[in-house]
Amino acid sequence: MSSREKTAFVGLTVFLAVFPWVSALSRSFSHYVDVMIFAGIFSLVTIGLSLLMGFAGQISLAQAAFFGIGAYGSGILTGHFHWNPWAAMLAGVCVAAAVAWVVGVPALRLKGHYLAMATLGFGVIVHIVMNEEVDWTGGPSGLGGIPGIRLAGRKISGDAAWFYLVWAFVLAAFLFSRHVLHSRVGRALRAIHDDEKAAEAMGVPVSSLKVQVFVYSAVLAAVAGSLYAHYVSFLSPGSFDLMWSIRFVLMVVFGGMQSLWGALVGTVLLTFVGNEWLQVFADFEILVYGGILLVMALFVPQGLVVWMDAFFRRRSRLQPTPSDGGS
Amino acid sequence: MKAKSRWVAGVVGMAMALSWAAGVFAPARAQAGTEPYKVGAVFAITGTASFLGEPEKKTAEMIAEEINAQGGINGHPLQLIIYDDESDATKSTLAVKKLIKTDQVPVIIGPTQSDASLAVAPIAEEAQVPLISCAASYKIVEPVSERRWVFKVAGSDKHVVGKMYDYMKAKGITKIGIMTASTGFGASGREELLRLAPEYGITVLADERYGPKDTDLTAQLTKMREAKVEAIVNWSVGPTQVLAVKAWRDLKMDNIPLYQSHGFGSRKNIELAGGAAEGVLLPLARVNVGPLLPDTQPQKKVIMAYTQAYEKKYNEPVSSFGGHAWDSLHLAVAALKAVGPDPAKIRDFLENTKGFVGQHGIFNFSPQDHNGLSKDDLEMVVVKNGDWALAPW
Repeated sequence: MSSREKTAFVGLTVFLAVFPWVSALSRSFSHYVDVMIFAGIFSLVTIGLSLLMGFAGQISLAQAAFFGIGAYGSGILTGHFHWNPWAAMLAGVCVAAAVAWVVGVPALRLKGHYLAMATLGFGVIVHIVMNEEVDWTGGPSGLGGIPGIRLAGRKISGDAAWFYLVWAFVLAAFLFSRHVLHSRVGRALRAIHDDEKAAEAMGVPVSSLKVQVFVYSAVLAAVAGSLYAHYVSFLSPGSFDLMWSIRFVLMVVFGGMQSLWGALVGTVLLTFVGNEWLQVFADFEILVYGGILLVMALFVPQGLVVWMDAFFRRRSRLQPTPSDGGS
Repeated sequence: MKAKSRWVAGVVGMAMALSWAAGVFAPARAQAGTEPYKVGAVFAITGTASFLGEPEKKTAEMIAEEINAQGGINGHPLQLIIYDDESDATKSTLAVKKLIKTDQVPVIIGPTQSDASLAVAPIAEEAQVPLISCAASYKIVEPVSERRWVFKVAGSDKHVVGKMYDYMKAKGITKIGIMTASTGFGASGREELLRLAPEYGITVLADERYGPKDTDLTAQLTKMREAKVEAIVNWSVGPTQVLAVKAWRDLKMDNIPLYQSHGFGSRKNIELAGGAAEGVLLPLARVNVGPLLPDTQPQKKVIMAYTQAYEKKYNEPVSSFGGHAWDSLHLAVAALKAVGPDPAKIRDFLENTKGFVGQHGIFNFSPQDHNGLSKDDLEMVVVKNGDWALAPW
């Protein structure tokens, strides 16, 4: 880790450590901790997606489906069968991984729009299953009665406890993903992103790596889904539809695809924008979202984090250095 | 290293500035004179359920204006804080948490939809803030031991089915066929239709399901005819309920009466069916048929007052959904008037409210019943000359 990044990471950890206390000081911000819990859950999804999109160069519109598989896996196993929540989380993750592998092998042979279409189709199928398998998922009226989660013999309750639990997962996923990116695999992924044929010629196992990253992103999404299920304690198919898949992609693009920091910043900002700051636009929210995506694609294609990084480097008259994957 | 920490500081600074601004520029709360009484509201004003949430929001705003124009509640102005959940259960969760923590309201009305209401019910329970949902699912208030703080003002499907079966019994119908859409609404209706049939001595000979986006219901209706049913019940919302009427008419099955759910209760559906809807029967809340009620009906006065005020202000007809907002807000106001802005006292007041005359019926709450309505709060209505008419018993 470069010292710059180390500073940023320490800063982030300190920020997260004090956030619940600081936000509780003022009544106007006391609910920000709730927004941050959701932002953390979504960050788990987008960190995986960022690896897939920004580094392996594969677009997926199925992340909400994997998010949902994790959520319903936990919901059904703990609600109907009274499993331990952690065992249920593991089971949900395994199912998501298996499904991602089965879907990924043929789908990742496709490129560009076709891959997006295939993952979109898969997402729609999962959404239909959630709606129609009433006996298992509760169908459109939703699945309730999901128990809370226990850690070291204590029930996680209260917003601060949830905040720390969720963000501990996020930091772990962040560090692990960063580690992957700076390994042999990460370099191979970037080679695939730049030129698949060239990468293959250099001996990179392109298709198996792509499938592995896809599975990894599904695993993170499923963990996020499981946390969502236990936190909200109620699931309905509307929380896992195509619109959410698009939102996840947008979060990654907004922050910057080529950077894990981008996924974090994009997710937190857009979660706040969607729940706090865009409320005034109401019906036009979707237009504003579209506008943000358009402006970003046209003027800031590298994403907010990379753009700001470059901006501040220029300001401090430093020679720009080639961006490394983790910055 | 410096550059990085500087921009990190920049991002953090910006975020803090934004959140500060969001807090400071929030609508000024303190008013001169007496402290306002707050009521929080969460409606699906936009998104897929906006056709429900929009009239709810308009109704609630209109009532708040009326109350404040008359000097408020015991001299305290009513401050209504409305959030839009965009028909999304996750956003509903956040909105309710915000109402509890940041706005610190003593009572919440809404959310609009059943799934959102089920998602927020545990939050209200934990925070011990009374919540009056505008959605229908009976699970919102049951089991009552886990829903001490949650109430709902929309009737349950069992009331609608009960009313329908009462009418069938009066007409000597015992063999029916049901067709339901595979949505939350349809699934819940189907469950109650099947569950209550034996109680009324009714046999369900055909049980057909279809997708909410199906474009042809001929097959389902033909099966009903083959099963020799004496009446057909269709339970759906949206285009399929009009489709069912048209197919029923086209197949010349009008000798078998067609019953619809209360979801059919909008004049637009009669228009869309274009004459084919003559004779369709459905149980409907009285708020939809105010002018048809006899003057002796105890609800007539409040329904007519609401209907006239709403139609004058917004130039559109009243709907069931606006009626839910009316009932929930007026209940909250009655509680505030009686016991002041204390969540626990409001809860107790609501639970013991009896004979509250609202748009959807006369509410009689009890510790066992947090809905307070019964099948007798519905009217059996028939489509006659392109309009509603009370069905002859």
